[in-house]
Amino acid sequence: MQTQHILPVQQPVAEADLATDNTDFEVRSLDTICVNESSKVHPWWYNFKYIIVGAVFGIVFVKAEIISWFRMQEMFRLQSFHMYGVIGSAVVVGMISIWLIKKFNIRTIYGEEITFHPKKFNKGQIYGGLLFGLGWAMTGACPGPLFAQIGTGAFVVIVVLLSAIAGTWTYGYFREKLPH
Amino acid sequence: MIAFLKQPWPWYVAGPIIGLIVPALLILGNKHFGVSANLRHACTACFPANINFFKYDWKKEAWNFFFAGGIFLGAIIASQLLANPEPVKVNPGLVAEVGSYGINDYSNMIPKQIFSLESLFTLKGLILLVGGGFLVGFGSRYAGGCTSGHSIMGLSNLQWPSLVATIMFMAGGFLMANLILPFIMKL
Repeated sequence: MQTQHILPVQQPVAEADLATDNTDFEVRSLDTICVNESSKVHPWWYNFKYIIVGAVFGIVFVKAEIISWFRMQEMFRLQSFHMYGVIGSAVVVGMISIWLIKKFNIRTIYGEEITFHPKKFNKGQIYGGLLFGLGWAMTGACPGPLFAQIGTGAFVVIVVLLSAIAGTWTYGYFREKLPH
Repeated sequence: MIAFLKQPWPWYVAGPIIGLIVPALLILGNKHFGVSANLRHACTACFPANINFFKYDWKKEAWNFFFAGGIFLGAIIASQLLANPEPVKVNPGLVAEVGSYGINDYSNMIPKQIFSLESLFTLKGLILLVGGGFLVGFGSRYAGGCTSGHSIMGLSNLQWPSLVATIMFMAGGFLMANLILPFIMKL
């Protein structure tokens, strides 16, 4: 059913597909930062490069104790600079990197343009942000560290991860009724 | 070298490496750093239930599952090969506070007294693990991203809604850690 199409310019497709395929990008971009379209079609194993990037992230998570419940509690009690230093320096490096990418019009390794999507403000960032913060201090983990905690052998965190998936599903279910 | 790597890494090493993930993903394939979207893709792939929010082609975002798998793998590597043999060193003020809740096991980065199967079947454990996880999943999607998507990627790209989200993340964390958690811990 899925056709390989080039976005953002949508080509007219068979009418039966209009309802599903053409809204694909719009639905995916809803409230999600990671939206990316590519006209390139790669074999699935090209995704292995993201495992390597993820593994670097996972190693740093463990080695800098970012997955530690104790470190999060310290952060929220202003008892340690560690997490502020981690997030702050990550943002500074990220900002400089994006500035450089934009300034020199750097392309991907496949020669595609790197695109950015502006985030639109909605009340979800306030209400959802607050709810997320409550959960963050309870579990001592945001979504990334959940995967890392399981990797360190804390298998009970699988329950936390499943519960987070259930939370996401519940949000999707009630989305249209929630204030945005 | 290995002994050096086994020590906990300071923030000025960890933070810049995390920051470099932003351009790494962009240059490798125009991918935007973000982890919580994985939870949404998991819903879409497994239980879309005809909900509009989950009607999209998750296979186009499959890279994110590989990224999350990488985090899992990296954590295995770090904990098996580069583990710090010392207990986690935390602020004495925190040691005293969580000690009064009966948490004194620092052998792991997450306290075994909360994160264990036995604890899961207590009221406290259920609230913290299942309730906390639910809020993380619900809140991050409602906010449109988590710490990686908003606080790192969004702020790096100078998006002010991401700053709003980050401030609210911190507000929620401060509220929970200082005002609500003491009650939950005494259950």
